[in-house]
Amino acid sequence: MPDTTSSQVPLENVTPRPTDITVHRSVVCTFCGCLCDDIEVEVQDNQIRKVKKACLIGRNKIMHSQSNSPRPTIQGREVSIADTIAEAARILRTAKFPLVYGLSSATTEAQKELVEIAEILDGNLDNPSSYCHGPGVMARQQVGLATCTLGEVKNRADLVIFWGCNPMESHMRHLSRYSSQPKGLFTGEGRKGRKIIAIDIRPTATTKAADQFIQVEPGTTFETATVLRALVRGLKLGISDDNALVAGVPLRVWRELAEAIKSCKYGVIFFGLGVTQCRGRDLNPEQLSVLVREVNDFTRFYAIPMRGHGNVAGCNQVMGWQTGYPLAVNFSRGYPRYNPGEFSVLGLLGRKEIDAALIVATDPGAHLPQDSVRYLRDIPTIYLEPHNNTTTGWATVVIPVAPAGVAAAGTFYRMDNIPLRVKKIVESPLPSDEEVLRSIKEKIVHAQDC
Amino acid sequence: MGGLSGLLVTVRSSKQGAEMMTSKLSEDYLREISSLRINAGDMQTLCVADGQRARMKSPYGEVTVTCHTADVPSGLFFLPLGPLANQLFSGANTEGTGVPDWKRQRVTIEALETTSVPVEEHSHDA
Repeated sequence: MPDTTSSQVPLENVTPRPTDITVHRSVVCTFCGCLCDDIEVEVQDNQIRKVKKACLIGRNKIMHSQSNSPRPTIQGREVSIADTIAEAARILRTAKFPLVYGLSSATTEAQKELVEIAEILDGNLDNPSSYCHGPGVMARQQVGLATCTLGEVKNRADLVIFWGCNPMESHMRHLSRYSSQPKGLFTGEGRKGRKIIAIDIRPTATTKAADQFIQVEPGTTFETATVLRALVRGLKLGISDDNALVAGVPLRVWRELAEAIKSCKYGVIFFGLGVTQCRGRDLNPEQLSVLVREVNDFTRFYAIPMRGHGNVAGCNQVMGWQTGYPLAVNFSRGYPRYNPGEFSVLGLLGRKEIDAALIVATDPGAHLPQDSVRYLRDIPTIYLEPHNNTTTGWATVVIPVAPAGVAAAGTFYRMDNIPLRVKKIVESPLPSDEEVLRSIKEKIVHAQDC
Repeated sequence: MGGLSGLLVTVRSSKQGAEMMTSKLSEDYLREISSLRINAGDMQTLCVADGQRARMKSPYGEVTVTCHTADVPSGLFFLPLGPLANQLFSGANTEGTGVPDWKRQRVTIEALETTSVPVEEHSHDA
């Protein structure tokens, strides 16, 4: 090994010797509700070099987590992060009816700060579940949900139904880690011992991976769940022809499915946005939840929503603990009120009621309808985000933050509401969401005290 | 050449998910979120071939999409989630639920480029 400090070696020709590669194991991918916690990440010189075991999306998320950070700006002018925090606090404390929105890819620790800020401001608080799985959340408030963990699915489930979801493209490792292939305590045969059924309006990669694909007409979740409830309970339908169509599918197919449900040892329905966003919205998951409850008169049967964003389940948890409600909360009377149609982000933007917004860990420019985005662009918008995206270009105040699960530690909730600790595996010059939000909160409170 | 009406359904695609993690401002991301999956018979009605562009309109806006044949029902059009699809939705009316019609927005679609002969014959010639 040459001595690189020796005078015989000109210093300008010396390439600093790279430090050893550190392999971080059991890293949690924070992209989707699966929160795969077996990822391996190689780090050298504080740079992520390689990602192993993740799906294509997860690999891209982690590999690109250290690049493309926005600059701290106020109305497009680059300033210090301290200046952005001061301006954010000024905007929020002078607003009459602000919205605090996002949360879904932030840590629960940052989410707690957001709840507190919304309360201090007598403002509104919402997260993206209000236009995604929110109807399922509302259904659970009405009728509850018999549910289980993904670990139980892996170890026990012999019947898995994917209903209105396509995890092969949206939650890519779901089938291999939890619901189809894995061999568990009582599922020693893995895929061979499981019956997989997919209900959808079109063929997908998931329906192709299933043993049976039931292709339904769009907007028919409610009647499908209703017919299944009746068939499971053995009620007369008043339809004599077994080939009569229900949701575009012969009744005999539903009868066979009802029998498969009743005769399994441990069944699980995974339901997606095809259930919560189609015609009927919250009535669909409500009927599905009642079906699941009633099947438990015959066998063990559960349902799990296929939550999208990494910690969107955590949003509902944190808001539930701290306000009593999982989404769409308003504090303007000094106590939390809940009304999804009124205080959800799209309701507030649609009626042009809010006069400022604090947005964290979501990308409204890509997620919200055009009229909602247009209104947001007309009011002061403060935006915390680790990467340049479709919102950083127009937000009034942009505050770059360290990406959670890579350069900031914290807690995320998996789709089955299991909390997992996400790691900090590299250093970042940027503060975490939690740190920025605490600073904003303290400045607001201090100004109110003065 | 004729227009078609049907329901727009927004969906996640693996490529859309992967590209948005690289950059939502990249050409690859924009290409994917403008890729419409449409029934072969509907393509033929529109006189568009795979990879040709069409204009999709809703009461709230219009966008240009690139048509790709897919095994999907006639009258249902599938577009990946993203800022392009969102031009066709409104957040103002959610029927009191907070959820727009992400899975059932009524739209019309018309070709911007057309094949000179029906699609089936065109592909035979190729």
